[in-house]
Amino acid sequence: MSNTISIRKGLNIRLIGEATKEIREVPVSGIFGVSPLDFHGLTPKMAVKEGDTVLVGDVLFFDKKKEAIKFVSPVSGSVKQIVRGEKRKIINILIDSDGKQEAKKFSIKPIKEQTADDVKNLLLESGFWSSMKQRPIDIIANPSNKAKGIFVSSFDSAPLAPDYEFILKNEMEALQIGFDALSVMMEGKVHLSSKPNSSFSKIQGVIHHSFDGVHPAGNVGTQIHHIDPINKGEFVWSINIQEVAEIGKFFASGYINSSRKMALTGSEVTTRTYLNATRGSKMESLVKNSVEATNVRYISGNVLTGDRKELTEYIGHYHNQITVIPEGNEYKFFLTSGWLGAGFDKFSNSRLFPTFLLSKSKKFRLDTNTNGEERAFVVSGELERVFPFDILPVQLTKAAITNDIDGMENLGIYEVAPEDFALCEYVCTTKINIQEKIRQGLDLIASECM
Amino acid sequence: MLANACKLKNDSVKFLEKYLHKMEPHFIKGGKYEKWNPLFETLATFAFTPKLVTSKGTHIRDGVDLKRTMFTVVIALIPCLIFGIYNTGHWEMAVAEGNRDIPYFSEMLAKFLMGLTIVLPVIVVSYGVGLTIEFIFGMLRGHSLHEGFLVSGMLIPLTMPADVPLWMVGLATAFAVIIGKEIFGGTGMNVVNIALTARAFLFFAYPTSMSGDKVWMSGLGEKMNTNPAELDGFSGATALGDLASFMSDKATVAGEAVQSNMAVQSFSNEYGAWESFMGMIPGSIGETSTMACLIGGLLLVFTGVGSLRIILSFFIGGFVMGLLLNLVGGNPYLDLPAYYHLIIGGFAFGAVFMATDPVTASQTASGKIIYGFFGGFLAIMIRVLNPAYPEGVFLAILFMNVMAPIIDHYVIQANINRRLKRLKTI
Repeated sequence: MSNTISIRKGLNIRLIGEATKEIREVPVSGIFGVSPLDFHGLTPKMAVKEGDTVLVGDVLFFDKKKEAIKFVSPVSGSVKQIVRGEKRKIINILIDSDGKQEAKKFSIKPIKEQTADDVKNLLLESGFWSSMKQRPIDIIANPSNKAKGIFVSSFDSAPLAPDYEFILKNEMEALQIGFDALSVMMEGKVHLSSKPNSSFSKIQGVIHHSFDGVHPAGNVGTQIHHIDPINKGEFVWSINIQEVAEIGKFFASGYINSSRKMALTGSEVTTRTYLNATRGSKMESLVKNSVEATNVRYISGNVLTGDRKELTEYIGHYHNQITVIPEGNEYKFFLTSGWLGAGFDKFSNSRLFPTFLLSKSKKFRLDTNTNGEERAFVVSGELERVFPFDILPVQLTKAAITNDIDGMENLGIYEVAPEDFALCEYVCTTKINIQEKIRQGLDLIASECM
Repeated sequence: MLANACKLKNDSVKFLEKYLHKMEPHFIKGGKYEKWNPLFETLATFAFTPKLVTSKGTHIRDGVDLKRTMFTVVIALIPCLIFGIYNTGHWEMAVAEGNRDIPYFSEMLAKFLMGLTIVLPVIVVSYGVGLTIEFIFGMLRGHSLHEGFLVSGMLIPLTMPADVPLWMVGLATAFAVIIGKEIFGGTGMNVVNIALTARAFLFFAYPTSMSGDKVWMSGLGEKMNTNPAELDGFSGATALGDLASFMSDKATVAGEAVQSNMAVQSFSNEYGAWESFMGMIPGSIGETSTMACLIGGLLLVFTGVGSLRIILSFFIGGFVMGLLLNLVGGNPYLDLPAYYHLIIGGFAFGAVFMATDPVTASQTASGKIIYGFFGGFLAIMIRVLNPAYPEGVFLAILFMNVMAPIIDHYVIQANINRRLKRLKTI
């Protein structure tokens, strides 16, 4: 194993609400939803109609521009409704589950007999490709591009993130098969980054890297930057490690398993455990009997990059975590809990609050209040402290805000995804929505330069 | 008893919150007083952190905001302010008694109160004029007050001589806020430091009120006109003014030119290193005490609001220039020990509070070092080599403000080149 790369620039936000290491089963019943909106920039084309019966793994819709990319049903049952929004945009595909989870059978040759294209086609047909992300632009990987490598992170360093060592402890075999498949597809260029002394170091046929330190050490973007940064014209793919294990199971059995282990976390959750739930589950069914407070925010994903969801909505495609935190929609008197208060209840990366005085084991219950109003950039040197890239975050963000394509290209837009800026957005004194600005910048680059 | 007081406080907070809640509909779009929304919002957000919540992206946010950041700078200025008030009072008393050598630490309360009567009106004028203009621009643009002026409004009085007429403070503040900031778009958009813009405006528009040896002690100019006899042999000059006079009028004793080292000796008798460091010398209201500046600087650096890189490299730059001048030597000004330059005039004040303004300083880490170094370097260069401007610090910082984007440009270009090089090597 190579030397450990230690990430010093960053921040571990210490939140209350980590999940205990036990797994609860969530039964498969009721309505499930697959939303094309989970996939940025996707224009879906439907493959089913309302009323059609589907099996697990049947194609629901595909990418209108790249028809090879398919999106499959996580449950067996019937298509209940195709929810459309303005201009008939497809918002959601709702499937009424029959509870049987009958799955479509794929015929798969042993991995050793497969070529790179065979593996790729199987991933595309089975819908696993939708989990394969590409940088630059941070969208679903374009299968017709040649990527210089697949990067997988075996740990998530975001606040309250699920522990993949725990989730995958009994699935090392499947994981190995999954990595074998990826390795065949990439001709060996598969990078796996783990913490030092991780049990994933046993995986064979991949290039191991070791990362340590504060968040975003576990972000694949940070790891790529330190291993083999992306240059203009290059493509890099990444995929979540739990998906790799599922790919392994799929190649071993020929059936798609759409259950995932997810962490139910956050200060407002009373029974914080891991869940064994099905993709596309309704938020309500996942947090049932676990949340008592009412003025809360349900987040599919973590607090830094997740999506806000109502109870009637469905967990996002890329998320293995549900976080529930209090809403901050109330006034805070300036001397007590507002801007001039002592602030022992606030978690701050700056020394303007006494966070640095408190014990490192103290955890915080943070709400969704912005703690201030948006302003123009004033403070300098602040974002750099939590941004472990050789990229100038303020200058890149400004280039994105001003639609300066040359500036963005020069300053390294090809390397980054919005999630890399999540901590910058957290610490920003002037409350600028940096992730959104970077996303807009990436979209502009995608439409003008790709 | 305590519980009752707490309850009373909580009740009044609740009442205020309810009242704001009730008033809010009148001020939002379509309400009765829609036009006055910026004013309402400013007051409301001052009293209560608003109930804004994150919508997408990061769902939680750091507690820090611009109000707290700016307020910290104001707190950091308090040592300078308090010392400045006392120092102003002291010199006013010295003028009244016609004796420059009255003991420094006596009749402290009286001196403080005397100082207060001079400094407080200057502060009131500065904030009054500045905030009014900011509100007008806020209403034109439909946004609440942005916090930048909270700091500028305190910095401006501290850079003024004690005897400055109040109308000049008002005029300079108006000029600085409008021309220095609002035409560029407001807080965060200005090119040069607001407070220094005000200082520079007065320096060039009304030089007789901003320099010379009559303006630094309150009441001196007036007394010179009405009762010069009492002030026989009394000098109202600052340390820098005295130094500059070494250059213009060659000191002679009994027809022979005074040796350079003797002049330095007599200067340091007049302005001891300790007195200069503590700030017990005449000068602009808040700038004299290096000690007070360093206390404020400590708070700024510790909280991360001020950049240690800039402050340190500014001092180093000034010291290096001082050493270089010592090497050249030949006249008293050049021979003045380098460390003296750091403790007289507005050097420390400029380094801690002016050069560190994050909007107008360099924004890149290595840029800050270059920016600070040349700021200090130029400040001493202007001070010594151009005695017409003994206070070179504000000119140097204004110049570096203008240069900061160029410094940043090269730092950014270096970052870009690293990326390009990577592309070429594969």
